[in-house]
Amino acid sequence: MSLTNEKIIKMYTRMVTARLLEEMLNEMFNEGMLHGTTHLGIGQEASGVAPCMTLMEGDKITLTHRNHVGCVGIGMDVKKILAEMFGKETGVCGGYGGSMHMVDYEKGNMFASGVVGGGLGIAVGAALKMKYKGEANIVICFIGDGATNEGMFHEALNLASIWKLPIVFFVENNGYAVSMPTYRSMNLQNIEKRAESYGMRSIIVDGNNAIDIYNMTFSAVQSVREGFGPMFIESKTYRICGHSRSDTEQLYRNQKEMDYYLAKCPIKRLEEYMLKNNIAKSEMLKEINTQVMDELKQAVLYAQNSLEPSLENIGKYVYAK
Amino acid sequence: MKEITYREAINEALAEEMTRDENVILMGEDIGLYGGNFQVTKDLILKFGDNRVMDTPVSEAVTAGCAVGAAMSGLRPVIEATFSDFVTLMMDNLVNQAAKIHYLSAGEINVPMVLRLPVGCGTGAGAQHSQSLEAWMCHVPGLKVVFPSNPYEAKGLLKAAIRDDNPVIFCEHKLLYPTAGSVPEEDYTIPLSQANIVKKGTSLTMIAYGYSVQKCLVAAMQLKPKGIDIEVIDLRTLHPLDEDTILESVKKTGRVIIVHEAVKTGGVGAEISALIAEKAFSYLKAPILRIAGMDIPIPFNKTMEQACVPQILDIKKAAERMMRR
Repeated sequence: MSLTNEKIIKMYTRMVTARLLEEMLNEMFNEGMLHGTTHLGIGQEASGVAPCMTLMEGDKITLTHRNHVGCVGIGMDVKKILAEMFGKETGVCGGYGGSMHMVDYEKGNMFASGVVGGGLGIAVGAALKMKYKGEANIVICFIGDGATNEGMFHEALNLASIWKLPIVFFVENNGYAVSMPTYRSMNLQNIEKRAESYGMRSIIVDGNNAIDIYNMTFSAVQSVREGFGPMFIESKTYRICGHSRSDTEQLYRNQKEMDYYLAKCPIKRLEEYMLKNNIAKSEMLKEINTQVMDELKQAVLYAQNSLEPSLENIGKYVYAK
Repeated sequence: MKEITYREAINEALAEEMTRDENVILMGEDIGLYGGNFQVTKDLILKFGDNRVMDTPVSEAVTAGCAVGAAMSGLRPVIEATFSDFVTLMMDNLVNQAAKIHYLSAGEINVPMVLRLPVGCGTGAGAQHSQSLEAWMCHVPGLKVVFPSNPYEAKGLLKAAIRDDNPVIFCEHKLLYPTAGSVPEEDYTIPLSQANIVKKGTSLTMIAYGYSVQKCLVAAMQLKPKGIDIEVIDLRTLHPLDEDTILESVKKTGRVIIVHEAVKTGGVGAEISALIAEKAFSYLKAPILRIAGMDIPIPFNKTMEQACVPQILDIKKAAERMMRR
């Protein structure tokens, strides 16, 4: 299936939604409106959204602590995401989860693990179920570069490979694990090399180019769906914001490096592509941005006006009945 | 009724649940043709095939994680750790993932999985293959911890654990594997979180689980001629606890000895002791006593290995001392 104009517009809309949502979250945190912490994926909108656009009904994803972009990518309701950020009863996890644990099984987001690499086993297990049941579905397991230094990563890739499971490991290599750059955390130019040692097919993609990511992930997903075993994608992108709320000074990197990647903004690049190929006119792009902003403002109001979860239910979901 | 071993009882429970529900699958190291390190899964691969009895590489962490993901997706995986000591390699998946997902998803997602753990010392396997770490898991809301004391208990509790919609840690004492007992011919389950009064008595309550229940029963039989009438409670499920059965018995006898092989500090006995102190203190005729494993790694030397965990004689002596008060 080729990438239709309609799909490109949908992908663009979701990328813009993720960007504006996170800018809004950042402001609200700065104003003290939100509790806790958050991990922003600004600059990673292509890596987070484009792979989700290749999926069909019944496919699943697992996400990380930096999950808002993926949540928007898979089509979760921004009202429920924002309500969760506010810890409200109407949040996607009823206020029990928060920023790091956005989960919406029906929409395809199985789980977001705040422990780095925590989604790997879960994704492998979901893929095992699909294979066991003979289903045509697949799983995309999103992880960061940091997770590839976890033991779990190596066990998961090996198991998925020997069992030929329908899973795509999608590494958003954003250059840093908190403050540790990849060049200091591994003696490798490309993380993709790691997949090779598990007999797994792998590709590298420009993580700030949504069209390339879509096309390459789509072929990978097709092949995995057809039963040819797992695949590995290294998406080279960049984390524009600090690791979390506590990462304020960012002494580990310089402005020159930041400027280089700011110029490679995935949303700007997709806009240029859409204008150049007559997929949309600039008025239309402006219109989309305005609509998304309106939707987000409505969603904030919805979240603010929602009820706090009842304290009576504080222990309700510890065990399934 | 029929006479089978603890090992056979677990094997039968697995086979019957796999026959009843095609969503039940097994994963673990050497559980296929090899039959499992303790021969518990013997021949199951011949009955159910290698897509339901899956040998895994030496990768405990992803085996546990894979079980979590499969369970979230609707399967009912039962996984085996070769020795309970290796649960340390699975902990993130149990503690941070399995135990949290139902809660974090506000009840949307269930994690119906069972982790089987061969527990305990007495086999001369040394410090890394002999521990009893069950108290660790009791400290995690969202996990259930079960520890059967004989073949009947093992079969009924394992079936209930497999049918339960929560992650269940199923502890099996290695020294019980060859022991035999009566088990019904027909299908049965034993409810989780329900303790069992194995022997009724009036003078003193002994609370134990797993292999220690057998030791307490022998001690109780040997003390009977001396006029000490011991009530023995088999906890069956260590977490969440059946508080009522414990408290009712303590209120009746006024004397309590808690027995387990796991080390004393931070053990299940500490929790039960605190529970009794909080909720039945005024009924006590003597201080609560814990007879537990010494706070040391399990030594290799046979005499030392026996000395570091409660034996029948220790239990008897303690009971007699308590009755003299």
